[in-house]
Amino acid sequence: MIATALLVAAKDLRIELRSRVLLWQVVPFGLMALLLCGLALGPAHAGNSSAGPGLYYLVILLVALLMINRSQAIERSPGTRSSVATLGLDPAGVFLGKSLALAVELWVTGLLLLAGAVLVLHTALHGALVALPSIVVTLGALAGAGTLYGALTAGGDTTVTLLPMLALPAFAPLLIAGERSFSDALHGGGLWQWWVIVVVALVAYLGVGILLYGVLEES
Amino acid sequence: MTNGASPVVVLSGAVVVSSGFPLLSGVDLVVAAGTLSVLTGANGAGKTSLLRLLGGLAALTSGSGTVAGVDLREGDLRQLRRRVGWLGHEGSFYDDLSVRENLTFAARALGRPIDGVESVVSRMGLEARIDTPAKQLSAGQRRRLGLAWLLLRRPELWLLDEPYASLDDEGRTFFDALLGDVVASGATVVVSAHDRLRSDALVARTIPMAGGRVVGGDG
Repeated sequence: MIATALLVAAKDLRIELRSRVLLWQVVPFGLMALLLCGLALGPAHAGNSSAGPGLYYLVILLVALLMINRSQAIERSPGTRSSVATLGLDPAGVFLGKSLALAVELWVTGLLLLAGAVLVLHTALHGALVALPSIVVTLGALAGAGTLYGALTAGGDTTVTLLPMLALPAFAPLLIAGERSFSDALHGGGLWQWWVIVVVALVAYLGVGILLYGVLEES
Repeated sequence: MTNGASPVVVLSGAVVVSSGFPLLSGVDLVVAAGTLSVLTGANGAGKTSLLRLLGGLAALTSGSGTVAGVDLREGDLRQLRRRVGWLGHEGSFYDDLSVRENLTFAARALGRPIDGVESVVSRMGLEARIDTPAKQLSAGQRRRLGLAWLLLRRPELWLLDEPYASLDDEGRTFFDALLGDVVASGATVVVSAHDRLRSDALVARTIPMAGGRVVGGDG
């Protein structure tokens, strides 16, 4: 399972590096969304607003949906899907590999957007650095949940529109916990309760994905 | 024409329905091991659907059948898929990966040594394009890459959907020779084509199809 996971993750990341969709499309989109948020708050209020962490995770949600769709689209062209199916890859390994690749992409994007939040939303640099570990874990859990829901909605004619509707209820606890831990990092509050939610969600989504990804692929 | 060899494919009244539409409407078919069979018929006759059923890529709705000893209703289709090779007419690989990367991925997924990649590439005449992304290959070169993927795998049952599409005369001659070698090595090959094979050197059983059924033939 681990060997398959590393093989699939390396393949997905290589495809991402080759296509540069993340670099030239997703990241600029996220930075523009952050800029629009900053403009909406206004230069006088952005630094004092408590909305920074929430806006950061709102933009993360938007780019994550794009990246999840792309991660699934790699596998969904008809010929590729059939050929790869005949390789007989362990579905649990495929799930872990795609989750790992998506997590790496989200970490890179999340880091760049965090820098963008410091610049555009005037989020305090020290608070952003304190929040970094919780952001890393939250994005890892988002990657697991996103891979699971991406497989659930893949293949249909309405994949792109169905994913947000189905995934949002699953993402909501993660986004709320991530936003609260980010806010607490900025304002010096206790972090542990939000960490519990995010870590439990991470373990739960990975566990469910390992168990069910094969069923989703077959269906 | 079964050559007295044990059958690799046995179908009885095989029906495949997708989204309420019957793709196969009761196929009876026996294919002997180590033979070359050609499914012929007009568009929509059911050739691709039959190939997908044989590869464990489509579910049997009713009827019965075994392929390579695997029961299509009760058996492990994942195991069946590992034993077949599929070449679709859409392109059977990752477009953003190079020829070498695609074949290395397949070799690693199957637990095969990757030092066989270059010899397969050489045999398929793709040496000059080995580091070219698949999406930059011509249609004929893409077809050769799909065949290289299969050659690397050496499956016991080859399922080739319109393999002559996009091949020039040289490519067709090359492909006929390859098919001859594959059958001579003991593998079973089922090909779909609009018409009979053009090469007289290949001894092939023709299986005409129409309306999702086998409608006669020389077998």
